Amino acid sequence: MADSQSLITVRGISKAFPGVVALERVDFTLRKGEIHALMGENGAGKSTLIKILTGVEQPDTGSIELEHTLIRIRSPQHAQQLGISTVYQEINLCTNISVAENIMLGHEPRRFGGIHWKKLNEMARQALLRLGIELDVTQPLGMYSIAIQQMVAITRALEIASAKVLILDEPTSSLDANETARLFAVMRALKQAGIGIVFVTHFLDQVYEIVDRVTILRNGSFVGSYDIADLPRVELVAKMLGRVVGELQALAQDKARGERQPDERRLIEAAGLGLSGMLEPLDLAINVGEVLGIAGLLGSGRSELASLLFGLTSPDSGTLLIDGQSVTRFSPQESIKRGVALCPEDRKAEGIVGDLSIRENIILGLQGRYGWFKFINRQKQDEIAEKYIKLLGIRTPSPDQLVKNLSGGNQQKVILARWLVTQPRLLILDEPTRGIDVGAKAEIQKLVLELVKDGMSIVFISSELEEVVRISDRIVVLRDRAKVADYDHAVSDRTLIQTMAGEA
Amino acid sequence: MTQRLKLSVMRHGPLLTTITIFLMAYIIGAQLYPAMQRPQAFFNLFINNGFLLIIGIGMTFVILTGGIDLSVGGVLALTTAASAALLKIGFSAAFVIPLMLVMGTAIGLGLGSIIHFFKVQPFIVTLMGLFFARGLAYIISLTSVTITDPFYKYLALTPIYMPFFEKAYIYIPTLVGPLLLLVAIYLAYFTRFGRIMYALGNNEQSAGLMGFPVGRTKIMVYGFNGFCSALAGIVFSISLLAGYGQFATGVELDVIAAVVMGGTLLTGGVGSVIGTLFGILIEGTIISILQYNGTLSSWWTRICVGALTLIFIGIQSGFARRKKEL
Repeated sequence: MADSQSLITVRGISKAFPGVVALERVDFTLRKGEIHALMGENGAGKSTLIKILTGVEQPDTGSIELEHTLIRIRSPQHAQQLGISTVYQEINLCTNISVAENIMLGHEPRRFGGIHWKKLNEMARQALLRLGIELDVTQPLGMYSIAIQQMVAITRALEIASAKVLILDEPTSSLDANETARLFAVMRALKQAGIGIVFVTHFLDQVYEIVDRVTILRNGSFVGSYDIADLPRVELVAKMLGRVVGELQALAQDKARGERQPDERRLIEAAGLGLSGMLEPLDLAINVGEVLGIAGLLGSGRSELASLLFGLTSPDSGTLLIDGQSVTRFSPQESIKRGVALCPEDRKAEGIVGDLSIRENIILGLQGRYGWFKFINRQKQDEIAEKYIKLLGIRTPSPDQLVKNLSGGNQQKVILARWLVTQPRLLILDEPTRGIDVGAKAEIQKLVLELVKDGMSIVFISSELEEVVRISDRIVVLRDRAKVADYDHAVSDRTLIQTMAGEA
Repeated sequence: MTQRLKLSVMRHGPLLTTITIFLMAYIIGAQLYPAMQRPQAFFNLFINNGFLLIIGIGMTFVILTGGIDLSVGGVLALTTAASAALLKIGFSAAFVIPLMLVMGTAIGLGLGSIIHFFKVQPFIVTLMGLFFARGLAYIISLTSVTITDPFYKYLALTPIYMPFFEKAYIYIPTLVGPLLLLVAIYLAYFTRFGRIMYALGNNEQSAGLMGFPVGRTKIMVYGFNGFCSALAGIVFSISLLAGYGQFATGVELDVIAAVVMGGTLLTGGVGSVIGTLFGILIEGTIISILQYNGTLSSWWTRICVGALTLIFIGIQSGFARRKKEL
């Protein structure tokens, strides 16, 4: 494993938490000037390894070498001093102070004892320019998009800590295609400069686009490190999951074979439904027992459509019929009464109550329907919770586990359960599989198909086309806040991409 | 360019609104009561509200970090009572004044440390500080203690005539507030401490991960506010030449209202001491107008401040929404 190009060499790292072995004898080598993907299912040990590299956790056994010197990383600050910087998915910068301050503060140039603003702004501007980004650094950071904020975070890591190692923890999960391309350009520039990048992501496409090598972890143990060129996709997935590949394929076949006879009864009928500034007027029909896929890039109006259908916002044009009845008052309460449910995109902020248990989160949904003053006895609560934990395959030691302690995929299932107890007739899923591992994705897709079999209608919004194509009966494509096409399920990924990009 | 202009108007909108409201209030007052047209009426705002400005500056810092400090009135009263008592038994002003400043700073640092190390809500810790300090003031003396110290008397009674304005004057302690304001502006905009204070108020966790000394900054901000409260206490006792535990009851809420009117968000991270100056001038102007009127109850001050604060919060959230749309 040892080679002269290695920046970080991790040997035989193990880490156990009470009750679980998070990492077992893991080896990992990061070379100078390479982009190295760290992959694995949720719970594979990626985050534990990263926490060890950033000094948040201490390993139980094993050694870490930085440029061939044995080191012990004591704290995140210490990691930064050593030249190991991390940029997290949730950006750890302050949005109220200027871009320049976010980059330079801590190393700010001074004049007469005070901050030399002119020089500070110029230094920050230069630092960004080196990454090919030009912007007004005197504006507050909050003025800029998440993508720009991420680049600013990277710039800070490079400027302040003069990072040799940059860890990017799922940086792309909230970026759209253009923003991702921009980030990749920056990553390539850094790679040229000899910086080693550890890149954590769930997107296979991105791995094959930018990564040089990949290290795969499974259930806390080391599976292997590979040159990406020598590792076909299927094998990568197989190594990550082993068991699930077959399931994924079975699912695809299931869909092809199933050929459910779609119900002709209309559940939802929208005519000219729109809201100026958010969504151009569009027509939409959803039948009973049908999966309607919504494809579109970030900002194409997909979440806006979801909030209109759920009544979070009121349209200013058109009509919406649910079951042939016109909706006049748009509010979530009204929608829930009519049997419409929405699982929002941002589950942490909008969906779950992390400090409550699984049981309490699921019961919350029922309470919404029964009214706040009806008491549901504990035995009934337990029954319901058990039923849905089993039905959705939520992996937890007990229904009383706090939701915040679950993995992303399991949290998503809890939200689903919360809506399923209310037995909705239309379930709107906005990015239900974002940020969860491939295995959990397959389970959620399977669940969606089972639900429609029982006569539920589902609106499935996802930025992963494969997924949309696989499970939808019909697919509506949105672009620039307008509906541009309506396909049946036989459409190919390629046609969809062309439509979304506006080529067709 | 127009986009930049728009952005800058958006950013400074709340401050500009505060200044406009102050000017309007003052002009209306001056139309109603010609006595307010004299320059002296304007300088009186500073003479009468100097102690509020001093506390307001410290309070702005605390609120910028996302905290709150209810102890200020207590520390002010304690300072007046303690300095009056010490001066009475013969200590010199040169000893008493620095001692009071050290005491105020120490109380502030103590409260800040409890907030930081024990992770307790600032509201409850500083409420405790308020009870503690005001209680101590009453232990020192149950009645008002008069100050006869010659230095205090000199400071209280010597007018400084203002250049350019005939017969307009202020007193020496009146200068303290404006000078402190300059220091505060420097601290807020030209030191790392000040910038970290802003960053901290926006997102404490992020500020910590960016490697900033979050705890130290927080404790220092409360220490600074303790210093300001003691300084305000000294100015207050000079102007009344007395010390008493009952002085300035409820001043913490007046100050918080002024800070909010000045455009500082209670959630932290946004605001300025300049805004606070105008917030306090607005309160002062309303009081003046009511005094010149003479027939209205002084409680109208509270009603006006309440209404203005409410209006101001509305304007602020309006700006916030527009900013998001841009």
